Amino acid sequence: MGFKKKETKKGLNIHVRRFICYVVLILITFFCLFWFYILFINATRSHGEMTRGFTPFPSTHLLENWHNLLTESKLPIWNGLINSLIISTFTAALCTYFSTMTAYAIHAYNFKFKNAIFTFILMIMTIPSQVTALGFVQLVDTMHLDDTFIPLIVPSIAAPVTFFYMKQYMENSLPLSLIEAARIDGSGEFHTFNSIVVPLMKPAIAVQAIFSFVNSWNNYFTPALILHEREMKTLPILIAELRSADWLKFDMGQVYVMIAFSIFPVILVYLFLSKYIVQGVALGSIKE
Amino acid sequence: MKKKVLCALLVAAMAAGTLAGCTGSGATDGGKVLNIYCWNDEFQRRITDHYPGYEEVDETTGKIGDVTVKWSITPNQNGAYQENLDSALLKQDDAKADDKVDIFLIEADYALKYVDSEYTMAIEDLGITSSDISDQYTYTQDIATDSEGKLKGLTWQGCPGVLFYNRAAAKEIFGTDDPAEVQEYVKDWDTFVKTAETVKEKGYSMVSSVNDTYRVYSNNVTSKWVVDGKINIDENIMKWVEDSKKMVDAGQTGTHALWSDDWSKGFYPEGKVFCYFGPAWLVNFSMAADQEGSIGNQGGWGATEGPQGFFWGGTWICAAKGTDNASEIKDIMLKMTADEEIMKGIVVKDDDFVNNKPAMEAMAEDSSYSSKILGGQNPLSMYCAAVETLDLSNLSAYDFGCNETFQNAMKNYFDGNATLDEALDLFYKAVKEKYPELTY
Amino acid sequence: MAKEQAKRKVVRYNKWGYIFLAPFAIVYLIFHLIPLITTIGNSFFENYRSGLKQIGPTFIGLDNFIELFSNPDIWLYTKNTLIMWILGFVPQIIVSLLLAAWFSDPSLRLKGQRFFKTVIYLPNLIMASAFAMLFFTLFSDGGPINSILIQLGILEEPFKFMSNTWSVRSLVAIMNFLMWFGNTTILLMAGMMGIDTSLFEAAEVDGATSTQVFWRITLPLLRPILVYVLITSLIGGLQMFDVPQILTNGEGEPMRTSMTLIMYLNKHLFSKNYGMAGALSVILFFITGALSLLVYKISDKKNK
Repeated sequence: MGFKKKETKKGLNIHVRRFICYVVLILITFFCLFWFYILFINATRSHGEMTRGFTPFPSTHLLENWHNLLTESKLPIWNGLINSLIISTFTAALCTYFSTMTAYAIHAYNFKFKNAIFTFILMIMTIPSQVTALGFVQLVDTMHLDDTFIPLIVPSIAAPVTFFYMKQYMENSLPLSLIEAARIDGSGEFHTFNSIVVPLMKPAIAVQAIFSFVNSWNNYFTPALILHEREMKTLPILIAELRSADWLKFDMGQVYVMIAFSIFPVILVYLFLSKYIVQGVALGSIKE
Repeated sequence: MKKKVLCALLVAAMAAGTLAGCTGSGATDGGKVLNIYCWNDEFQRRITDHYPGYEEVDETTGKIGDVTVKWSITPNQNGAYQENLDSALLKQDDAKADDKVDIFLIEADYALKYVDSEYTMAIEDLGITSSDISDQYTYTQDIATDSEGKLKGLTWQGCPGVLFYNRAAAKEIFGTDDPAEVQEYVKDWDTFVKTAETVKEKGYSMVSSVNDTYRVYSNNVTSKWVVDGKINIDENIMKWVEDSKKMVDAGQTGTHALWSDDWSKGFYPEGKVFCYFGPAWLVNFSMAADQEGSIGNQGGWGATEGPQGFFWGGTWICAAKGTDNASEIKDIMLKMTADEEIMKGIVVKDDDFVNNKPAMEAMAEDSSYSSKILGGQNPLSMYCAAVETLDLSNLSAYDFGCNETFQNAMKNYFDGNATLDEALDLFYKAVKEKYPELTY
Repeated sequence: MAKEQAKRKVVRYNKWGYIFLAPFAIVYLIFHLIPLITTIGNSFFENYRSGLKQIGPTFIGLDNFIELFSNPDIWLYTKNTLIMWILGFVPQIIVSLLLAAWFSDPSLRLKGQRFFKTVIYLPNLIMASAFAMLFFTLFSDGGPINSILIQLGILEEPFKFMSNTWSVRSLVAIMNFLMWFGNTTILLMAGMMGIDTSLFEAAEVDGATSTQVFWRITLPLLRPILVYVLITSLIGGLQMFDVPQILTNGEGEPMRTSMTLIMYLNKHLFSKNYGMAGALSVILFFITGALSLLVYKISDKKNK
């Protein structure tokens, strides 16, 4: 009886609630996609047109801007694309793999100073990166690692924020009994980690992989100080170079096309990785 | 100049506090690699197009004889160029011969930071005499002269500025668009501010932003920003504050940043802006002359001297101390900044206003040379005249930081967010953050 | 006896804790700790550059700290930072939780979930500097927002968004919100995967309403991730930099009412003032460290 009553009450509500959901979602979608729309609009406009201010309609200069970017700017944008891809991919991979490993060390084992180490990592998470960046570049210099990708990739192995997320995620999703079971089956510790823990952590890894990929993809300042060779430069450096062109060559049309160009790959990577998250949640709910 | 567009946040800063290893040795010769530090490929294109014997190998290398030229380009954004150059210069003594900086480029805004340091070679030490460069405009040398009177950098460009007025607006307001007659309405700052009222009555802004006029006032100061370690605000700068506040309060101008959308709206007749201040490159390349419907496109700008002379922009070539390519540097400097034939070539090919009096005076006489954007006017004699009167002996290494900080602080006063005293306090505070050694 | 053996076995396993910790530790020591020690050391020195001239380093004890604390500005910047963080974070966490709840609510059966889930993260892919360029265009005095407001009769004349304390702070908050709410939602959604599906099924069978499911099941189980979101957002908030920096051209206009702590730090870095910058970072480090530990301890206790 009571069960039925509730059921009808829910049934009455559900349409209204669903309606509200859709309205809100559509609004949010608008505010999320709007920026891509004006980026696109601006990429289709010539430099001169842009001095007129904003218009909501595309113009006709997209191909021209793209052509100018390839020929006139003389920037090695394909090189830049490949460099950015290499750096970001390795950063994302190393960062997530080793953060998971570190989190696993804290989560699954008991050893001396474990809590001290955990607190320590939590503390260092709070250090503003702007400050250590200064000493970092100096260090890279003394180690003669400038103009290599190493200082841009390897430090991501020690990423306290990613570690913290992995650790928190494990609390809910990685029962220690599972590890015990693996041990009883005779699985080595390292093997257990790679074949049981990592697959279980897939959604968390996907999330953090996206974050660190995007971060590394859009990073300008550190790469600009470490990479000087033309062939080594990443896309954000090339965008900055376009923006500091002299007045004869300065062209906002090219800048916007370049920005649009450099967003594409990261969208693709995002769509690829988000599969793990989106599907995962669908599994978590009952139907669909 | 252009680098400041839109983003110009001066994040600055890297490379930890290594002590500057003291003075390097003087220059030597015979180095195999010539390293050039710059922030875009402007100079590279000039060298490629005009320097005899330069062969391009690929985008970042070239050859002069058997010397390899290596271009090291770091964009200006977030101060990365200076950051990179600073750390290279500070390491100059320990660097291998082929890695040492040989030439680096600087802009007027921060020229003295490098010129007034021991890392830059004096021109005379390269063997360049004052007679070699006597055809250059004096102001270009003032900018690159250190506090001991030594010239340390040369440029191929002159960037004298004038006032560009909207001809249609001038006709509507004054009944004439003749440069000489319009000049009467803008001949000094008091007249200029008075004219702003008339201009406003007809529905126009006098200038787009107070930041347009700032450069003109600040180029004509009679004292330096820093006197005996104390921050000093020149009378002419305070005059800018006073005049600007009046004009902003009366709605005769705005407070937006240069290069913003609000600033550039006056490039079009609907923007209703009476005038802009700038050098030739501004009107030729940056005011949407290629855009249908713009004032420049219709040849609707006129040029006149305006209240005071000023300059805007330019790139200087400096030799780094410790270079091992002194003779190549000397030759590049002479050819690129003092060779009349090459300078003329640059005018023809690149439309630069070059740093060579005979070349520019000949062009100014040339009646066949006229600017379409300026409605057929030949403005060169005006540029030449403006540049002759410019006295830049009061520049200091603090200019870049002070000018920028001052404009930013005063914006609060103009917008009514602070009193004059509060805005000045903010200015002092901000300067002290940039230059901790100063007092006020 | 058996117990003893088991214990020894556990100890043997536990040495793997050190092994798994090693990569992090080694990389941290080399690439992070050395710069960090330099920073802390610097805070006790007068050490800056004027142009290309190096001043110091001279040991001056706690003078940098005394100077920072004797200046009321640091509290203004702390206040600004917290205000802008809260302005952005409150809507961010609300919207994220709401979306996460909707997406995980079986009774709603929302269509196009994949699309919506994908779209919300997209703004984060745009570089902050490019994002700010677009904001400038939209909110300039003669920009589209102003002309719309004037056409609707809401405004008489253009509103100067960039010269008003609260409009600048709000714009910063809006940008931060847009850039980061998708991020938070994704974190929460990924966290929900760890929740056993049967719990939801059981709840529905028992006739629990969606609201009840959300408060009684989803939220408590999400706690570890929520703690993470709260702490990292707090840290990120206290380190807020790029958005207000770009939007106000590094000035924190008007009258520094939108200047954050890191923007202030950055001002000192202009002159390579490692002394002051170091001291400021040490202070920041203590503030964030204390706040984060507090949040962590509180939420951890509730958990148990």
